[in-house]
Amino acid sequence: MLTRRFIPCLDVRDGRVVKGVRFRDLRDAGDPAELAARYEADGADELVFLDVSATLEGRRALLAAVERTAARVFIPLTVGGGIRSPDDIRRLLESGADKVSINTAAVETPELVAEAAARFGSQCVVVAIDAALAPGMPCALGRWQVWTRAGTRATGRDALAWAGEAQALGAGEILLTSIDRDGTRSGYDLELTRAVADAVPIPVIASGGAGSAEHLVDAFLVGGADAVLLAGILHDGIATLAELKAAVAARGIPVRPPWADPDGAPPAQAGVNGGEP
Amino acid sequence: MIAILDYGVGNLASVAKAFAAVGLDARVVDRPRDAARARGVVLPGVGAFAPAMKRLRATGMDGAVLEAMGRGVPLLGICLGLQLLFSASDEGAAEGGGVPGLGVLSGRVASLGRLAPGHKVPHVGWNLVTPTRPGTLVGDGGYFYFVHSYAAVPADAGVVAATVPYGADLCAAVQADGMAAVQFHPEKSGRVGLRVLASFGRWVSAGAGRDGR
Repeated sequence: MLTRRFIPCLDVRDGRVVKGVRFRDLRDAGDPAELAARYEADGADELVFLDVSATLEGRRALLAAVERTAARVFIPLTVGGGIRSPDDIRRLLESGADKVSINTAAVETPELVAEAAARFGSQCVVVAIDAALAPGMPCALGRWQVWTRAGTRATGRDALAWAGEAQALGAGEILLTSIDRDGTRSGYDLELTRAVADAVPIPVIASGGAGSAEHLVDAFLVGGADAVLLAGILHDGIATLAELKAAVAARGIPVRPPWADPDGAPPAQAGVNGGEP
Repeated sequence: MIAILDYGVGNLASVAKAFAAVGLDARVVDRPRDAARARGVVLPGVGAFAPAMKRLRATGMDGAVLEAMGRGVPLLGICLGLQLLFSASDEGAAEGGGVPGLGVLSGRVASLGRLAPGHKVPHVGWNLVTPTRPGTLVGDGGYFYFVHSYAAVPADAGVVAATVPYGADLCAAVQADGMAAVQFHPEKSGRVGLRVLASFGRWVSAGAGRDGR
């Protein structure tokens, strides 16, 4: 059975991992390749790097970090952040990224999504949508509004309509972040996740708000998510991938065991991560 | 040397890096004559069937595949590379028609919309691969990473080396005289995937082009 995916997300600035809470309060936390390899060994199903560099040097450092990661990590790697052109995408794929995640540029220049899908294939095009509840907005806008530029610019677009449009343009997956929940550890926005999962036939990755294994269970069973993005819950040591996967599997949800390697012994006890790479 | 055939479809860096990680000398080649000296040939591929076949023909890499098979050099198809080995695909074909493939294996490639009704398309993520017999490149099976919207339906069920459950038991791997192919991405399937590439490497070193059934 197709398993639900657990995807650690590393915020990368100037080639180093930082942590973000509600898109603020960034702190340094290490080498992306090092952390990526650790998460693969722990049972990550995929990885996401989100580049939050503001400078050209920072972007070059990201490409080097992607290259270092791709040489030792053999699960899919998605890289997002600041992608504006087909050339940006090509450089990332050539550095070793398997997919790219396009956010602001997808909204502002939708033809980029179409061109990327045509040139590189839909399988490597993820459209990232940052959405927030839009109380008091006209009904025509819908319940959730799309925000761009790291959650600073309201677009006046309905998140559900945009998800459908992105899929039609050629997106292969939707990475859906609830701005309201991001960094809160109060759980994913289940209504938003369910609404988008019902609106598009392509996989939806729920993001923003994970604070416990129960939140992941809800994202899968209630939200209909195909995958969950995990950041602070892992980076801050609240839970390990093995613990989260065991708890989700115990609820009957198909999960790739963190000890899926036939030569790797299962963990001796719950909560112990699988061995070295 | 193992030749990874570059015919202008998709990014082959990750396939090359995965072979390097298991200590194998695999190189991306973009001319058929560079494949002529190879002791093993890898046919990768992502994207749509019809443009890929067109690119294979335009670059002469279709000949490189057939030539390698004629020499008894082991062949490994990956993802779309598996599908291209079959007689024809429904992808990009008019109703009732079919886009011809390499025809190394007899059978058709059909859409998951038809093979796995009610399931999301594409089939993206890690799914449990079960071998149909011992001694193939897939080994004992396990969880592998898939991304595909079409799957092969071999005319001879005997070539199926492994299946994956998605609506039905889909063809996850084939293995026949001198060739093997996998629908999943071994280069993206962690250590289990690397083991498939290492097995192919051993097959190449043994020169066992007639192995496999």
